[in-house]
Amino acid sequence: MTEKNYNPNEMLICTASRLMTDDSTAFIGTGIPMLAASLAQKMHAPNLTTIFEFGGMGAILDDLPVAVGGRRSFHRALSALGILDVIEAAGRGLIEYGFIGGAQIDPYGNLNSTVIGDFYKPKVRLPGSGGGNDVGSHCWQTIAIMRHDKRRFIPKVDFITTPGYLTGPGSREAAGLPPNTGPYRVVTNLALLGFHPESKRMMLLATQPGVTVEEVLECTGFELLLADEVEENPPPSEEELKILREDVDKEKFYI
Amino acid sequence: MKILQEGIGELLQPPDVNGFREWNRKKSKSLIDKRMNDAEVVRRFIHEGDFIGTELYGSVRCPMSIVNEIIRQDIKNLRLVGQGVYESDVLLAAGLIKEIDYTYIGLELYGISHVIRREIDAGRVEKIVEWSNGALVWRFKAAAMGVPFIPVRSMLGTDTFKYSAAKLVECPYTGDPIALVPALILDVGIIHVHRADKYGNCQIDGITGFAYEMSRACKTLIISAEEIVSTDVIRRQPDRTIIPYYLVDAVVHAPFGSHPGEMCYHYERDEEHIQLWAEVSKKPETTQEYLEKYIYNLKDHQEYLDLIGEERLQYLQDIVPSRG
Repeated sequence: MTEKNYNPNEMLICTASRLMTDDSTAFIGTGIPMLAASLAQKMHAPNLTTIFEFGGMGAILDDLPVAVGGRRSFHRALSALGILDVIEAAGRGLIEYGFIGGAQIDPYGNLNSTVIGDFYKPKVRLPGSGGGNDVGSHCWQTIAIMRHDKRRFIPKVDFITTPGYLTGPGSREAAGLPPNTGPYRVVTNLALLGFHPESKRMMLLATQPGVTVEEVLECTGFELLLADEVEENPPPSEEELKILREDVDKEKFYI
Repeated sequence: MKILQEGIGELLQPPDVNGFREWNRKKSKSLIDKRMNDAEVVRRFIHEGDFIGTELYGSVRCPMSIVNEIIRQDIKNLRLVGQGVYESDVLLAAGLIKEIDYTYIGLELYGISHVIRREIDAGRVEKIVEWSNGALVWRFKAAAMGVPFIPVRSMLGTDTFKYSAAKLVECPYTGDPIALVPALILDVGIIHVHRADKYGNCQIDGITGFAYEMSRACKTLIISAEEIVSTDVIRRQPDRTIIPYYLVDAVVHAPFGSHPGEMCYHYERDEEHIQLWAEVSKKPETTQEYLEKYIYNLKDHQEYLDLIGEERLQYLQDIVPSRG
């Protein structure tokens, strides 16, 4: 295998970034989504309207936000309002993508960011929903960004913080969630995953460069569907890496 | 309306909207000077067992001078609306929080809160009831509307719903299931703003977070402000006033009141200090040492600022970028 000139985090950021389309609205959570959005704005999506939880809308991500309520989340933005305006915009169907993270995910894309173990006697108390549940409930397409291993990709999450397809086809609608919403992609250090249009179960779409299908299956704690043709993601381009390192994260917060 | 399901979380603060109206009727509507210091505010307005909320959150526009004073005065058994970072961590570390309407307690990019875990294990935090951020701001909105609940499409189908005190009902108009969340009326809300006059008319620069809704959802509202301005300044730009005086009970002048958090256009967040907390809060002993050094051993906010030092505060101002 040839020596890679990038690290897994950089690959993850590039994969997420490529999913952000120009002239669209995207709810940006803490961490990797911020880097991905900044990279997308500087690459292929200059008119990506970023939306941050506590009121920043349309920021130009010259400096990488470190907090979803910090001043960088509304730097040269189009508006700086409050959390109610943001969540209600999603509620009215104005926000296409929601980029979020989680500690555990199941085959239907349900996410846990609340607790590992029993709710009342937790092994680990995680930060909690914050806006995660709202994003997964109201945005049209939710994209989860995760590290890929068997402890995180499990058959049943300890706690459903944020709704995926719940128990399968039709269950979101039956629960009262808006129709035609739900998980769209899962981006990991090993793969790009989607969801089968009928069964709503997680499906391997592409592997990260140098990663085999077997390795992905080995690191997934449930049966993963395979796309008819599992592709291999192109590695980060010279341009992506240059912008990412010298511009997006010039203060070296993440990479 | 048919109730289809109920969350098993306890309703920590029942939505007494009529009581809220009576309370608001009695609130002074005169333009009186409400300035006082942190010590007096906490002594007069924050009592053991109160349900309190702080806004925005620990690293952004947060009323830290008042949070620190609550800890100094050791007001116990508080119930907290928990969308918090550093500020909820120090309140928890001081052992003052008994119950939480919980949505997020963590340290943002520095990960999970170690303090919340220890407080749960020690049994000091007795009740945690789950909500989403959206549910929380809608609960404030219901209180602001003066109604006991509001229908929302968050939390549906999840454990976030199961461990909340929300209810699932059949919508009387569409027949679809929809969640109802109860109005949340705080005993005391505490909000840090950029500028206020002595009567409590407040203006915030930048995003407003929960401030609009929370300020209208509390019986007692305490304001701390970077700057106290003349009412003339307010009257010149009334469109900028987000909190009018009659909502407000006390006004504290607190320059650098959000430290170690940021105050947009005034000073940046003190990254080193936030990292310091992230590190020391991992262990009970170092957590307590921190509380001694930065809170208990100090008389007031001025002593805190002296300890942080003029040079550091000046630096945090100097690194504020231009708005262009």
